[in-house]
Amino acid sequence: MTTLLATERIKLFTTRSPWWSAFLALGLTIGFAGLVALNHNGGPLRVEHSQFGIQFGLMVVTVMAALAITTEYRFATIRATFQAVPNRTSALLAKTTVVAVLAAVIGEVAAFGSWATVKVIDGGGPELAITTGADWRMVAGAGLVFGIAAVIAVAVGTLVRQSAGAISILLIWPLLVENLVQLIPGAGDDIHNWMPFTVAGRFLNGPGPDAPLSAWGSLFYFAAVAAVLLLAAITAVNKRDA
Amino acid sequence: MIEAVGLTKSYGKTLAVDNLSFSVPTGRVTGFLGPNGAGKSTTMRMILGLDTPTGGSALIDGKRYRDLHQPLRTVGALLDAKWVHPNRSARAHLQWLARSNQLPAKRVDEVLEIVGLTAVANKRAGGFSLGMSQRLGIAAALLGDPQVLLFDEPVNGLDPEGILWIRKFMHRLAEEGRTVFVSSHLLSEMALTAQELVVIGRGKLISQSSTEDFVAQATENTVRVRGPQLAALRSALGQAGVSIRDEGESLVVSGMDCADIGELAARTQTVLHELSPQRGSLEEAFMQLTGDSVEYHTEIADGPTPATLVPAGK
Repeated sequence: MTTLLATERIKLFTTRSPWWSAFLALGLTIGFAGLVALNHNGGPLRVEHSQFGIQFGLMVVTVMAALAITTEYRFATIRATFQAVPNRTSALLAKTTVVAVLAAVIGEVAAFGSWATVKVIDGGGPELAITTGADWRMVAGAGLVFGIAAVIAVAVGTLVRQSAGAISILLIWPLLVENLVQLIPGAGDDIHNWMPFTVAGRFLNGPGPDAPLSAWGSLFYFAAVAAVLLLAAITAVNKRDA
Repeated sequence: MIEAVGLTKSYGKTLAVDNLSFSVPTGRVTGFLGPNGAGKSTTMRMILGLDTPTGGSALIDGKRYRDLHQPLRTVGALLDAKWVHPNRSARAHLQWLARSNQLPAKRVDEVLEIVGLTAVANKRAGGFSLGMSQRLGIAAALLGDPQVLLFDEPVNGLDPEGILWIRKFMHRLAEEGRTVFVSSHLLSEMALTAQELVVIGRGKLISQSSTEDFVAQATENTVRVRGPQLAALRSALGQAGVSIRDEGESLVVSGMDCADIGELAARTQTVLHELSPQRGSLEEAFMQLTGDSVEYHTEIADGPTPATLVPAGK
């Protein structure tokens, strides 16, 4: 497996897209945190103010993760991959791991970078200190959410096999679908409560009184959704012709 | 040795490969010949485990491709030169392939040297010409120093220099005692490259034999006769029971060689202006064998065919 991880690491970092994505994700989140700090008035800045931009970073990272697999289909390097590594399950798991780790690292740097930026600009009152468990979850938890979201993105990319389709799904789902389901009469709110990205948000920002799951339960649920999708992707990849 | 046993692949109702059985002997260049759409690429993808056969199996030295440990060390293949990420450099492309099969990193530079891409190793593969891409593909196939090599239409679209290079390269690989399985839709190309031929049409095996036998069997040998007294000669030949065909001002005789026709002419005192053996072209032979199995006929092929393409009596 270390061989396959090294292989996928070489593949990922010898194209430009992960570099661009990393810069873009960090630029957007940290830049947004800076703007928030500069424009803030009324009351002291708190930890959550520094994390407003995390959503943008998450989107860029999911796109990067989906592209890591869809470009393999686009340029048929997936065939070269399976020719070199006929065990498709291992090949896909290795890729997913490498992409998820990179996403997690970007998530951590983005979250702590945003927090540090706000702290530097604002000077930093006691409200900006990361002290409670909720504070830590909000900042350090970003890496976990980014990593799991990357797994979902790789799985969707594998299932859809083309960039435009996968990216559309991955952007439209959390932005639109998860919110629009609330409009369904009667069951809308219940469905919304179990939408994966909504639940992931509750892990970062706290579950609130009406949430069905605790903070860590929410993360676990988000991870379970990713696992199911990854399993579907592995099944598809083994069944399909490359 | 590569062995296909009852290999079948269907896409819905379309049968791309139909119960195909053949073997590729060790240490020789075997040509895999068939018109476009005959199922050559599909067969090769099944040999490499990329496509799953609907029925039958393809074995390499008795094993399925998927069961090979570090397969690049056993089988090298170039199915499509464009299976490369355009933003990755040639060296990076080979590096990840080498890493995946735990091949030493210095092997990358060795194969780049073999195919002559050292100077452009750090250039992005997307900017390569077809000839260069083909060389990169061959470098990838050679990475694991495999004994078995598969090439799918390696000369397609190459300029004469590129074709010559590939042809020489195939011979070199065979001289090194490797098993080479190379597909093409050009018989003339295969006649120069391959010692053995597996011929398919519409997914079915047409023949497997040595190239020499195939060409001898397939090409019709005729004699062209020209002279001022053709009518007399025709009746004399008619009595000898050979088939004759008119072609402009001359007769094309099959079933009798030049010597016998010359003697016959002498006996009947007929003047001859030309007596020349005609060897059927490889293309003709190929058309003859696979004529019925071309998947997509064109208007031209379906309509009245030029006489040179169709043997007498067809």
